[in-house]
Amino acid sequence: MPALPLDEAGKYVAGAYGVFVVLLLVYVAIMATKLQRIERELQLLTRLAEKRRTERT
Amino acid sequence: MDDTLFGKGLRALAIASVLLLGAAIALVFFYAPNDADQGFIQKIFYVHVPLAIVALVGFVVAAGFGIAHLRSREQKWDQASYVTIHMSIIFGVAVLVTGSIWAKGSWGKWWVWDEPTLVSFLIVFLLYVTYYPLRYSIEDRDRRARYSSAFAITAGAFVPVNFIAVRLSESLIHPRVLSTTGGHMPGEMRLTFIVSLVAMALLYATLVKVELASKHARMQLRALRRALEDEPAEGAAMATALATVPARPVSVPD
Repeated sequence: MPALPLDEAGKYVAGAYGVFVVLLLVYVAIMATKLQRIERELQLLTRLAEKRRTERT
Repeated sequence: MDDTLFGKGLRALAIASVLLLGAAIALVFFYAPNDADQGFIQKIFYVHVPLAIVALVGFVVAAGFGIAHLRSREQKWDQASYVTIHMSIIFGVAVLVTGSIWAKGSWGKWWVWDEPTLVSFLIVFLLYVTYYPLRYSIEDRDRRARYSSAFAITAGAFVPVNFIAVRLSESLIHPRVLSTTGGHMPGEMRLTFIVSLVAMALLYATLVKVELASKHARMQLRALRRALEDEPAEGAAMATALATVPARPVSVPD
């Protein structure tokens, strides 16, 4: 097949790089959700530890 | 408790990845010439091929981690093997999608079944997709780790064999990038490709480290929670120590 003109090829190139960026962003969003969960659990444990310390004293 | 710090060096790695990815994109669009045969659409090559190479190398590295696990029985190697395969599958999805887009633009079809390179990559990808049901169908942690490692080693050995088999077959239309003649790439294209490949490898390593650090943190939190629930005194001491580490989002007031 002959080479596509720039305006035609540009759509495909943008699509390919766009897919890469979107996948990366989705991954970052998933990791951010996981981080939030870790943070919540850490807060919970901190409160638990605080409660235990108060009970001891 | 496992004292491995998976997040060590993560910041430097992340910065290097971002800088090199930026440089790679700049080289792709402002330095590398358009391909004489394919024109502008060949720019997809600089994202598609590095993704494929890094994904396949990741599968082989996962096999190495699997061997390390079977030799030492340490859980950290199984975790590393799992995360590496997981990341290679994500990269594999990107390879298939970017490849299909390129195929549509260049050949007029989203997929070509009589091209060994495409089909062999799909076979490898589908093989590794079966890793998830295998891993999550086994409840016992040690047995799961052993079986997963055995899978990683077997499938990892299949990757180079598959690569060689494809090389030996007669290619119909898929271009060869890495060949004994240097892949017929001019200097600017070669430099751009190498930078893109290194950038992709760094990105892969960064994401693997992030995932490992996150998994490790969750495991430590789970262990801490169990300790707090089972042995109040010891658990409280651990939690206090954890919460008073600087730069944590919450801290226990004195």
